[in-house]
Amino acid sequence: MAGKEVLTGVHFMDGDEACCEGAIAAGCRFFAGYPITPATEVAERMSRRLPQIGGIFIQMEDEIASMAAILGASWGGAKAMTSTSGPGFSLMMENIGLGVCTETPCVVANVQRAGPSTGLPTLVGQGDMMQARWGSHGPYEIIALTPSSPQEMFDFTVKAFNLSEQYRVPVFVMADEVVGHMSERVVIPPAERIKVVSRKQPKASPDKYLPYKPDADGVAPMATWGMGYHVHVTGLTHDERGYPVMDASAQEQMIARITGKIKKNAAKIISYDAMFMDDAQVVVVAYGISARSAKGAVAAARAQGQKVGLMKLNTVWPFPEEVIADLAGRVRGLIMPEINQGQVVLELERVAGGRCPVKFIGHPGGTIISPRVILAAAQEMLKEAL
Amino acid sequence: MSAKTAGGAAAAHPPVHPQDHLLRTDRLPHIWCTGCGIGIVFGSLMSAVMKSGLPLNDVAVVSGIGCTGRMAGYIKLDSYHTTHGRALPFATGLKLTRPQGKVIVASGDGDLFAIGGNHFIHAARRNLDLTVICVNNLNYGMTGGQQAPSTPFGAKTTTSPSGSPDQPFNFCALAAACGATYVARWTALHIRLLTQTIGEALAHRGFSFIEILAPCPTAFGRRNKIRNPLDLLRFYYDRSVVKNKISPDQAVMDFQGNLVVGKFVDVAKPTWLDGYRQVNSGQVGEWPEVAAEVPIPEKHLLGA
Repeated sequence: MAGKEVLTGVHFMDGDEACCEGAIAAGCRFFAGYPITPATEVAERMSRRLPQIGGIFIQMEDEIASMAAILGASWGGAKAMTSTSGPGFSLMMENIGLGVCTETPCVVANVQRAGPSTGLPTLVGQGDMMQARWGSHGPYEIIALTPSSPQEMFDFTVKAFNLSEQYRVPVFVMADEVVGHMSERVVIPPAERIKVVSRKQPKASPDKYLPYKPDADGVAPMATWGMGYHVHVTGLTHDERGYPVMDASAQEQMIARITGKIKKNAAKIISYDAMFMDDAQVVVVAYGISARSAKGAVAAARAQGQKVGLMKLNTVWPFPEEVIADLAGRVRGLIMPEINQGQVVLELERVAGGRCPVKFIGHPGGTIISPRVILAAAQEMLKEAL
Repeated sequence: MSAKTAGGAAAAHPPVHPQDHLLRTDRLPHIWCTGCGIGIVFGSLMSAVMKSGLPLNDVAVVSGIGCTGRMAGYIKLDSYHTTHGRALPFATGLKLTRPQGKVIVASGDGDLFAIGGNHFIHAARRNLDLTVICVNNLNYGMTGGQQAPSTPFGAKTTTSPSGSPDQPFNFCALAAACGATYVARWTALHIRLLTQTIGEALAHRGFSFIEILAPCPTAFGRRNKIRNPLDLLRFYYDRSVVKNKISPDQAVMDFQGNLVVGKFVDVAKPTWLDGYRQVNSGQVGEWPEVAAEVPIPEKHLLGA
């Protein structure tokens, strides 16, 4: 078994496989899932890999059960994940809310396909981005990462586990069919060079420990089953003891805690790559596979001497409000390509707040967005801005 | 009690009852109605846990939503009050991550068999090492008395005002058909037998299922002309007939005739984890020349 945890080396693998290796490198030892195109390869590889390293892989009866099982595993002390695509993501929503409310670390990889409903199971989409943000009922904050390559599937899945453990919140790896199925070079570093974060454990004795009393960072230490703390965990609104309290004041305090820990640490959570941004007059803001298309478009524009930049979002949620607001005041226009009818662009428009024009490029799914379309839009916007 | 006035453990009264150390006494009084049968079952469960000798740090209680689901909130163990119907898959993850521990799932018939029905049949099929306590009160009590998968034909509820048109499940037959390896049913008045059965179920290796027919005078009884809690309890008890070891499909609940109670199934079979370990040991043959094996019992948690 030794040496099989982290497959250090250079690989040629697809994004779904790289996601598994990232999870295992981050310490994931429990996977519950249900087959669904185009995420099935994640479950398939996990079913081979986890038994090799003493982990548990279980194929559940549906995605509702898969999501519930990883929450249970997390309270059993394991780092746990599931993977799915649109229809399964819809089924997971209620228990994602339970994970948020009970502050349970876990990771959900959503390899997006085109919807609604069964849609285009084998073809790309980015239509679950707003569902990732708002899909479960009630007020909450969430973290969603958007890989654009198999290498990022590895890197961002490691990061997803770390953020999930650090902030005690379900974290989404919002991939898509193309990123999941394309094979590329993936470099897995030596284990000692992979940063791995694990949840804080309580230092207080069981009679003094308050399960939902946060530390200065807004996050409470987590006492899992078997540690002797006899914690009560509920999806009902609860106080710092974890006890249900049915009133508006307890609700306000709990929501302030579960949203505050993400908002307060947003600057630490948010990640983006700025490319070709020096003197850029028009900036393409993009994520996931559409950031790959955008990169091609921006490189082509620069080759023609046109001042177009790229802001590639590695985290879409929380949305990089401050950075975008600042950018909107300095450029002539922003462009967002998405494989949907306009989702994250709504947030872009809101944050830009009229300081510059925002143009959306999109279609409802089935293929990637051509770099040529983005390039044409950028050139048009440069002309309009003159 | 608001969060501001919460006093934590300090507000709890000093132990005056032998089960107090298993109770979150600072959460009392509980929310169950006068005459409800859940308290009896809860007491029985705590007695069985105490008698089992299980280390309390290794016992977890998982519940779904509903009146019985609130047991998880009152027992002073690691306890998880999950979403409606999803106690079993949550318990699956919890148990498989710490197989050395004992996981009790306590929930109602609506939670386990209506919204959670699919999870129940698969958890039983896998013979997961879980102890499932199902309080059957013939209706949805928490929401005021609606029709449940247990509601007898013709019984009145708020969503079957003229009588339920549905036929109810026989939960014990269902559990056995799905693969449960320990199956029993009692009424809430069979307290000693119930406690003994829960003890056996805790010691059982595999999926154990205990159904308890319990009175719900407030929501069910008053719409069906048995308002008095004791009358309802006695009605169930008087019609009950103990028939141990009979085929669970013969264990029918006929409210005009007999309500069959007893221990119906108690067999040893490999658990899901046994099978997982077996197939991943590299020592399993090629299908179809394979069979799941019951391993030599591990050092048991119970007793010495």
